[in-house]
Amino acid sequence: MAKQYETVIGLEVHVELATKTKIFCGCSTAFGGAPNTHTCPVCTGMPGSLPVLNKQVVEYALAVGLATNCEINQYCKFDRKNYFYPDNPQNYQISQLYLPICHDGKVEIETTAGKKYVGIHEIHMEEDAGKLVHDEWEDCSLVDYNRSGVPLIEIVSEPDMRSAEEVIAYLDKLRLIIQYLGASDCKLQEGSMRADVNLSVREVGAEKFGTRTEMKNINSFKAIARAIEGERARQIELLEMGKPVIQETRRWDDNKEYSYAMRSKEDAQDYRYFPDPDLVPVIISDEWIDRVKAVQPELRTEKLERYKKEFDIPDYDAEILTSSKHMADIFEAATAICKKPKKVSNWLMVETLRLLKEKGQDPEDIMFSPEHLAELVELTEEGTINSSVAKEVFEKIFEEDVDPAVYVEEHGLKTVNDEGALRSTIEEIVAANPQSVADYKGGKQKAIGFLVGQTMKAMKGKADPASVNKILKEILDA
Amino acid sequence: MGLLDDTAVELGKKIKSGEVTVKEAVMACLDQIKKAESTIHAYVTIDREGALKKAEEVQKKIDEGKLTGPLAGVPVAIKDNMCIAGMRTTCSSKILDNFIPTYTAEAVKNLEEAGAVILGKTNMDEFAMGSTTETSAYGVTRNPWDPEHVPGGSSGGSCAAVAAGECFYALGSDTGGSIRQPSSFCGVTGIKPTYGTVSRYGLIAYGSSLDQIGPVGKDVTDCATILEVIASHDKKDSTSLDRTDCDFTSALVKDVKDMKIGIPRDYLGEGLDPEVKEAVLAAAKVLEEAGAVVEKFDLSLVDYAIPAYYTIAAAEASSNLERFDGVKYGYRAKEYEGLHNMYKKSRSEGFGPEVKRRIMLGSFVLSSGYYDAYYLKALRTKALIKQAFDKAFATYDVILGPAAPTTAPKLGESLGDPLKMYLGDIYTISCNLAGLPGMTVPCGIDSKGLPIGVQLLGDCFQEKKIIRAAYTYEQSRQEKIICPDMSEVLEKAVE
Repeated sequence: MAKQYETVIGLEVHVELATKTKIFCGCSTAFGGAPNTHTCPVCTGMPGSLPVLNKQVVEYALAVGLATNCEINQYCKFDRKNYFYPDNPQNYQISQLYLPICHDGKVEIETTAGKKYVGIHEIHMEEDAGKLVHDEWEDCSLVDYNRSGVPLIEIVSEPDMRSAEEVIAYLDKLRLIIQYLGASDCKLQEGSMRADVNLSVREVGAEKFGTRTEMKNINSFKAIARAIEGERARQIELLEMGKPVIQETRRWDDNKEYSYAMRSKEDAQDYRYFPDPDLVPVIISDEWIDRVKAVQPELRTEKLERYKKEFDIPDYDAEILTSSKHMADIFEAATAICKKPKKVSNWLMVETLRLLKEKGQDPEDIMFSPEHLAELVELTEEGTINSSVAKEVFEKIFEEDVDPAVYVEEHGLKTVNDEGALRSTIEEIVAANPQSVADYKGGKQKAIGFLVGQTMKAMKGKADPASVNKILKEILDA
Repeated sequence: MGLLDDTAVELGKKIKSGEVTVKEAVMACLDQIKKAESTIHAYVTIDREGALKKAEEVQKKIDEGKLTGPLAGVPVAIKDNMCIAGMRTTCSSKILDNFIPTYTAEAVKNLEEAGAVILGKTNMDEFAMGSTTETSAYGVTRNPWDPEHVPGGSSGGSCAAVAAGECFYALGSDTGGSIRQPSSFCGVTGIKPTYGTVSRYGLIAYGSSLDQIGPVGKDVTDCATILEVIASHDKKDSTSLDRTDCDFTSALVKDVKDMKIGIPRDYLGEGLDPEVKEAVLAAAKVLEEAGAVVEKFDLSLVDYAIPAYYTIAAAEASSNLERFDGVKYGYRAKEYEGLHNMYKKSRSEGFGPEVKRRIMLGSFVLSSGYYDAYYLKALRTKALIKQAFDKAFATYDVILGPAAPTTAPKLGESLGDPLKMYLGDIYTISCNLAGLPGMTVPCGIDSKGLPIGVQLLGDCFQEKKIIRAAYTYEQSRQEKIICPDMSEVLEKAVE
């Protein structure tokens, strides 16, 4: 009988924090900007410059640690990780090794197999590196230090995950917690959330872990799932052939669906970590912790429960709406104005998600205001516009955040409620389509649909479909 | 010499009263530099035009009553490890040969705001690593008392410049005695303040947890006055302290009647030159006669200071100096193949042997498997040394001892045996490990005609106590210890 294998996975997740300024200087963290414009002597490693810790970084790290049930090191320190590379202007990265800010936490995840906890080994604060640009034309490398010193937290899990599904559930859980806290936007594609996957396999029932490999910087949930499947298969194949798995860092090529060795443990660097003498220890008082706890916003789990109780919407809607803090915020704000949760939810669940998918965007990219969505719901409810016009207007709201009342007015999209005008249009349609009238009278109920369509076309979509139906039937059945 | 005999504070008064113009003061220094530099070589960079231009600006502000401080218009020299915007800053290393900072060290900025006129940058041991100023990539500095001898180090250029009248005062930095030892060798006065008193922003780091900037002057009054100006709380330096007791000149009082002074027996033992010992004990006698209680005591742990210091300082230096890689600024090798070869060649060609030795030592003590045995043990030793001082300061207001085991050695004598050179730091480095303030005051001249300094150490934040003791000593001493006239020295050098 073939051997049964179990996959053991731990993650190192880097999250870029949403501070306005860098971790050790006052430079902007804004994305873009011409190369080396968001820099100063500190984040370019000029001689004699000194780092000064941005307190907001500690606040965010603390908030994430508390939300993931971590213990807090109330006396924590920064260490230098020494290695030479041009994207790292000092040739050491300021990070935390000996006394990271948070440790021993856990988060609950849910998969098809049920609920379980994933342990968090530690969370530490550190600085990001710059970006190397290789200029093929000039045959040289250039470096942009705009990202140098952008604050990161690294969340190191315990090796508690056993499948790609659990990994995705864990990452999604972290993403939601951090987004809800406002500590980061956690966009995998843009690199504000990045995951390194540590994976080993062992025979089911084995007590010891197998030798693990590390796969670096995989930038989508799907790629992570594929990388896990690919690496699991590769390791099992080695073991089946009686070959050892080598402890090494591998790079996952998502196009070729295969990982390549980058460096093995033998040539692993000695980072010569030691406490950074330019920074003083961070003392986190009980009061500080209480203050961060006090301002902690409602997290996803609590929000989901509240939605189920407070709003008359299906549980499924509540799940989807709360899966993005941004979308949930729009839902609540719009509902507060129009008092029609189900209608607001429908616009978000159907049209919004459809348009996002079409454009390849995330819920975080929604740019319309809840006021305009609420107004659209009200216009529809009042019968000022009909549902097909409403759809057209919504697309405009989605794209340009137009004010629906103004847009409807300017484009003359109000439903025509003048029954006389409607009746005469319908009479014209009936007169012009004798064949359809004959079909209807001959028992083909469907023929009325064609006549309704013709009427709506003649009315440029502004008629109320129910009234059209009613009048048509009156005329035809007369 | 005339004008050049004045101390910084005396000159400041004359400038204020209009008796001397700032330009005259600057010209006096520039003339002396012209005369003495070919022999002494205290400077790496001399900014003649900049100083003359600044002299006019400062004079105008003094005339308008906008600058009224004691140092307004007084010419100063800055050790070449402090950044000054627009002025070449080399750390006496080839690797920073072409480096011109865009920012100014906070301590220098404080001086500029007080109306200082900067003459240039003084020579030093490369990256402040050395005790003789012989490891400079720009040639040695010679001792103004006798050019056959070294000025000490690493702030040898600053101390020699002050002694030779090539400036009225200077800034130095002290990581393991780099202000106090050369002050002793050059017969000038220098203070290393409590760690955190003067901002390190813009000071090119050697051992970050030990580095402090301090004044080098002609007497205690000058040093107290300068320290009062450069001390400040700086938000750009996380280790900078917010002190409210920086009115150091208030301690310029000739009175030690309430003071208890301790002399560590450990500082008078083997290796100490008998002439130095005699001069130091004579200085203690002066203070005793002035009313202080003077006792000998056992400090303990003195032998552990040197290994602990060289472990910690080298570890920090190995990391601090990583940024000098030829990528962003400074020296880059002419020919190389690929990134790693570029790093290797630039650093091999850019750093001198003493710097390389300490980078290797530091990298070793931090490497995995050795970190606990060396670096962590050194940190524990540092903590124990601090405890030993805490205990001593529970009894004594001031600790008195020599600044160095000998007077200035001859050029070339020390570098051949680095271990022996390291041992020469025995009296000065504990002060840095414990973060204490310390100062050196001239106390005698040996049979070779070289000056001897006495070192006074205080508890953290107790600069005023050592300044008061030093001032009392200086005022009570019979004869003054003044560097011989440069013309005589230079004539002798020519012979």
